[in-house]
Amino acid sequence: MASEGGKTASEYIQHHLHNLQVCPTEHGWVWNHCAGNPLGINVDSMFFTIVLGGLFAWLFYHVAQRATVKNPGRLQATIELIVSFVDTSVRDTFHGQSKLIAPLALTLVCWVFLMNLMDLIPVDWLPTAAHAMGIEYLKVVPTTDPNITFGMSISVFILILYYSLKIKGVGGFFVGELMMNPLNPKDLGLPKLIWPLVMAFNFILESVALLAKPLSLSLRLFGNMYAGELMFILIALLGIWQLPLHFGWAVFHILVVTLQAYIFMMLTIVYLSQAHEHH
Amino acid sequence: MDINLTLIGQTIAMIVFVWFCMKFVWPPIVGIIEERQTQIADGLAAAEKGTRALDEARVKVDQMVGEARTQARQIIDQANQRANAIIEEARGGATEERERILASAQAEIEQEINRARDELRAQVAQIAVAGAEKILAREIDPAAHRELLEQLARQI
Repeated sequence: MASEGGKTASEYIQHHLHNLQVCPTEHGWVWNHCAGNPLGINVDSMFFTIVLGGLFAWLFYHVAQRATVKNPGRLQATIELIVSFVDTSVRDTFHGQSKLIAPLALTLVCWVFLMNLMDLIPVDWLPTAAHAMGIEYLKVVPTTDPNITFGMSISVFILILYYSLKIKGVGGFFVGELMMNPLNPKDLGLPKLIWPLVMAFNFILESVALLAKPLSLSLRLFGNMYAGELMFILIALLGIWQLPLHFGWAVFHILVVTLQAYIFMMLTIVYLSQAHEHH
Repeated sequence: MDINLTLIGQTIAMIVFVWFCMKFVWPPIVGIIEERQTQIADGLAAAEKGTRALDEARVKVDQMVGEARTQARQIIDQANQRANAIIEEARGGATEERERILASAQAEIEQEINRARDELRAQVAQIAVAGAEKILAREIDPAAHRELLEQLARQI
């Protein structure tokens, strides 16, 4: 594959890691010359993310509409297994009352799993097919696009802020949670004079911790999937030796795909349950 | 690798899918799971109840069988007693009958003996008379004994 279209290995890798982009410029809408344009859209990422999200929604909706209490079919049993698994995970970690968190966790785990699963399609199949249809670039795995992972983690972050403010109130959240931890001046018995100093120190520390949540959530997923995808591309350069190596890496990657989806869901639940807890 | 509008697009897509899941996917599936859990719990409770009822019934059956056995034994005992009584009664009746038959046979035999004796007696008398007649016919002298014979005839 290295010599496909007369490209060098480096060009091949570059080509595979390039998104299909469209963006507005002063010359109207332009394809694939969007580097650094904040209004650009990664069409391939959006396409696959919506198709896969739609697949998830359609499949689960389909089963939910036809589900029966007695005699569940195999598909229904499988879906119920996933739902029960998510439900158990949420119940074990999150002790509050929320109609949102469990469906959110279910959507995230299934969606991220499906997006990660795109990594197991051999790296050249879909881009070659797209090329035949006249599409120049195609990045198949949406989770190797930081826009996608940040899009999800920022939504989770907004929910963290929303629930923190809702449960703890503005004062409870900003003062109680962000300024009185981890060094509580009251417990340390410090004079009132240096309280603001300690509180400022706490605030910096806690803000970093808070901001690290969405950042680590999205970068963990992105990093794992990007590295995995890169490995697949590198293996694809090896000629005939790619077959056993690709198989081995794909088997290993099944684990990564599942694990990353699970971690993304679990951390979302943990962060949201922390947002619900009083210190 | 740039951050661009895709971020917003993904955020919107996520809101839509999570909303859809929350509205149309989660409630029916969880509802069905919970309903089935309730049914299973009810079924298990019913099964336990059934087992308990079965145990109770078994105890009752044992008791009834025991009672029936006792009654049967009593009935058999009574029947045996009754049979013995009947046999005893029959034996008594038979003894009586035998004695009665024996007695009547004895009486009949005695009657027969008496009759035979009478008959014999009569025949002996006739033979004696005939013998006497024969002896008398040779030795009697009608002339000498006329008077005696006449006297005898007169008496007859």
